Amino acid sequence: MNTRTVRPLRSTTRRALLHTALGLGASIVIRPAAGANAPTLESAIRVFASEAPVKVGRVLLDIAPLVENGNAVPVTVSVESPMTAADHVRRIAIFNELNPQRDVAVFTLGPRAGRAKVATRVRLATSQRLVAVAQLSDGTYWQHAVDVIVTLAACVES
Amino acid sequence: MARALITMPATAQKGEVVEIRTLIAHPMETGYRRGDEGSVLPRNLIRRFTCVYDGETVFSAELHPAIAANPLIAFSTVATVSGMLTFTWDGDNGFAQTERVAITVT
Repeated sequence: MNTRTVRPLRSTTRRALLHTALGLGASIVIRPAAGANAPTLESAIRVFASEAPVKVGRVLLDIAPLVENGNAVPVTVSVESPMTAADHVRRIAIFNELNPQRDVAVFTLGPRAGRAKVATRVRLATSQRLVAVAQLSDGTYWQHAVDVIVTLAACVES
Repeated sequence: MARALITMPATAQKGEVVEIRTLIAHPMETGYRRGDEGSVLPRNLIRRFTCVYDGETVFSAELHPAIAANPLIAFSTVATVSGMLTFTWDGDNGFAQTERVAITVT
């Protein structure tokens, strides 16, 4: 039959199409990072901590691991701290890996905050890693990193 | 004036930790997006938020483009004295808004 000779041709076209689609997908994923001249996540954290060591623990970055809409993603950061005048959280910062800018927000607290817990909503340009860093009154820095998958990205048109 | 919403208890006991949620209507334009004509939309952000209570800044935040439109900021403070809490948002293009909410501490 004639269709038998056509079939291999059709399958190669389909393969080629799949390759193009894959390539397109990759270029879209890479673009937000490549388009920005921003520092890396690690260097942004280093600047915030002014080169001091940042230990893992005490901080909890609460965010959904699978985000459907990157335009407004609820984020909560809480830190284990008694929040007294002698021992409290001074600053909490949130950083991202692949948005055009690494900074998300920096919150300044003190013993009068009562509780070391802040919440906001962020934009995520793509699936990436988010890091919350807390500076305590004794000068130590603590962090918690979370990897987030974003299905609908914010600012796709840029 | 942008529409601002502040949710917090009207009364509290001395020493109690009160939760405060603030929301303000603002586009938080990042400066990276393009408009319908293809030109980059100019940046228009709220850069800073502060809460002053009992003569002291109890909480402040520095905001960047990654904060979603209509920024929500939730935090807490210890009820010390009856009085006003002053909330201030400052941003690009001279954006400045101040809201005051009273709290009665028993």
